[in-house]
Amino acid sequence: MSTRGSAPGAAGGGAGRSSGQVELARRLELVASPHLKAPDSTPKIMWTVVVTLIPVVGAAVWNFGPSAILVIGFATLGAMVTERWLGPGGAIRDGSAAITGLLLGLTLPPGLPVWMAFLGGAVGIAFGKLIFGGLGQNVFNPALMGRAFLQAAFPAALTTWPLPTGAELPGGGILAWAALRGDNFALPLLGSRVDAVTGPTPLGLMKFEGLSTPVSDLFMGSIGGSIGETSALLILVGGVYLALKNYLNWRIPVSVFAVVAILSSAIHAVSPAAFPGAPFMLFSGGLMLGAVYMATDMVTSPVTNVGAWIYGAGIGALVVLIRFWGGLPEGVMYAILLMNALVPFINRATQPRVFGTGKAVEASS
Amino acid sequence: MFDLLSSFFRGGFRHGVHPPDHKDATGARPIRRMPFPDEIVVPLSQHTGAPSRLLVSNGDRVERGDKIGEAQGYVSVPIHASASGTVVDVGLWPHPNGSWSEAVRIAVDPHSAQIPRPRLVPRWEDLNADQVRAAVQDAGVVGLGGAAFPTHVKLKAPEGTKIELLLVNGAECEPYLTSDHRVMVEHPERVHFGIRIMMQCLEVDRCVIGVEMNKPDAVEALNATIPDDLNVTVLPLRVKYPQGAEKMLIKAATGREVPSGKLPAHAGTVVQNVGSIAAIAEIFETGYPRIERIVTVTGPGIRKPSNLVVPVGTKARDVLEFCGGLTDDAREVLFGGPMMGAPQPDLDAPVLKGTSGIVVLTDAEAKPRITYPCISCGHCLDACPVFLNPTQLGKLAQAGRYQEMMDLSLTDCMVCGSCSYVCPSNIPLSQMFALAKGAVRREQQRAREAQEAERKAAEKEGAAA
Repeated sequence: MSTRGSAPGAAGGGAGRSSGQVELARRLELVASPHLKAPDSTPKIMWTVVVTLIPVVGAAVWNFGPSAILVIGFATLGAMVTERWLGPGGAIRDGSAAITGLLLGLTLPPGLPVWMAFLGGAVGIAFGKLIFGGLGQNVFNPALMGRAFLQAAFPAALTTWPLPTGAELPGGGILAWAALRGDNFALPLLGSRVDAVTGPTPLGLMKFEGLSTPVSDLFMGSIGGSIGETSALLILVGGVYLALKNYLNWRIPVSVFAVVAILSSAIHAVSPAAFPGAPFMLFSGGLMLGAVYMATDMVTSPVTNVGAWIYGAGIGALVVLIRFWGGLPEGVMYAILLMNALVPFINRATQPRVFGTGKAVEASS
Repeated sequence: MFDLLSSFFRGGFRHGVHPPDHKDATGARPIRRMPFPDEIVVPLSQHTGAPSRLLVSNGDRVERGDKIGEAQGYVSVPIHASASGTVVDVGLWPHPNGSWSEAVRIAVDPHSAQIPRPRLVPRWEDLNADQVRAAVQDAGVVGLGGAAFPTHVKLKAPEGTKIELLLVNGAECEPYLTSDHRVMVEHPERVHFGIRIMMQCLEVDRCVIGVEMNKPDAVEALNATIPDDLNVTVLPLRVKYPQGAEKMLIKAATGREVPSGKLPAHAGTVVQNVGSIAAIAEIFETGYPRIERIVTVTGPGIRKPSNLVVPVGTKARDVLEFCGGLTDDAREVLFGGPMMGAPQPDLDAPVLKGTSGIVVLTDAEAKPRITYPCISCGHCLDACPVFLNPTQLGKLAQAGRYQEMMDLSLTDCMVCGSCSYVCPSNIPLSQMFALAKGAVRREQQRAREAQEAERKAAEKEGAAA
């Protein structure tokens, strides 16, 4: 009994075992199957989301002038600097911190001092994501964690809503557009130095004064509010694109919208004066941005499709509950954060039925 | 989203993936015969079940088709010499599964006509089912789709089951591979002949041949040659991986789910690969045992992609050389398709009965990929054809919590690779599951052995007392 003459591993022919003439000596890779790979990758998904947000940012700049880009920019900077500084090496390239910063920026009022935006981005990444172990480990949406922190820390600044298009500013035209919508460059922890024209948001008007806003204004974004909540159309377009690419689970926004529409229609039918109907509820506030871009954050939403329906429906119900009967005019942020906390339980409760088990099989065999 | 839409249509199975099929290079190439190499190496373990028992020793002269290994037990088959020549060595040799296993090295006689000894071809009409099974076993026929399960075992309904349907697997869902495709196109009447024998043996009156729609010429050829007295339907299937997995094919063709942990027979079905069917036909046409098989040699790293008849035991090196050798950027040689195939560290590994193809990949396909953290996108759940939760299983696997994986039906995982294929973070999910399954198996083996030892010790004690 003898074995081959040469060392294992090398593909080169050892004495007495290679019969070939063609040179086949080379290093061979040994990679486990499968060797084909779908073209999607995590950075590609993340950066695609970033790209679909660019039109939304553009609309915000159109509405709110340079203030919008300042706030979004500093929120993104805060998120990315923190990820680079405290996060695992190379994590900045996967694009997830950029999404967090962009989304946070879009939820803030345009007149916010930029240091607050920066701080919000930093806190969102540090305490919303990295403290859990980085990408994929966090329970709560980091952008909303950042916003929740800002809302708790600076409640006044977070509820000061400048009006869009600068229409009521003196001068009008391009100068009015270019004017800052608040004291963006306020020094940290010092008071505001600039007065801007501010006004209530449609939801605030509804809640505190019982006034409704035309849905067409809501749809096109010519209303007061946070930077990104003012353009439902562009958010929907981005969402549809991402859903077609399978980069977000379409069941989540669909179930959010469905539940909000059904519940608010029903309540509106009972008491039309006190509660707005479905169109107003769908297109006002942060619902669009929240349902399409925040609730669908892959890390903090369920992995099962049944779970996605439950999770979306839960968000929708909580939004209606908070908006109608809560102390705040807007409830999307807390609705999403609350449902984020339930995701592990939803996942556990909605495990898929393994092939060849369960009722279907017992019935047929 | 499209999966939801497609589930409204009848047929098919849910989930699965759509890799590019890459079959153009060889799909239209006729099967050619490869010349005999100077030396063949025939491993004694080429099938699922007990390895064959060695029948020859150093210096023996063997003719092509002579038995060189005898079946050991029922779930086992004999091994035959695939070329005439002299046994020069019996020893350990690299096996395509990555281990070294006992193999017979035969120096091929360059002057031999390579004609098997004259033998009686059994008349299948005169044989009863047991005799047909014995003939199939004696010819060393195994499932040619890859798993190499002895075919004769599947020719009998297991205790307590009733077979209603013979399902012939012509799906060939692995990208690149075209060997089954070419058999269906070039030898459709042989397929039908094999079906006739199997149907009689199994006492079923209905047969369905499942063929994916990317092989319209195969569907046409099979349809054109169905004998009038045979109840055979050719069922075109929408292209989807892993349609060639038994359970998926049964679901696609009949709508039935094989109960978890059970055999296809428990869903009233026997699934047989077209290649194996043709192999059964060959026994009763020529009397030759399984000494060669059709291998697709393809991939971007091979100069002349081909469908070849290769003697079992031919070294990968010789096959690749016959196909013009490797290109300069070839980096990985696989036995089998790219989704489930095994990478070869050593080109001296021989072609086995179950080797459906040799695929050579280049830098572009074989380069290591960066792994990112799991982002819980859930794409793997939508890909898994057996509806597992690879996201959760992957996290448990990384933590080494194999027992909890078993509670989540790890045993149902067939390591088809669909989850790894879709994972945007490049997490090697199916590889981790294969490792976990191996670890659990070893653990169970150890537990069994410990129990056995304890029982023996107790017996000895009892005897002493």
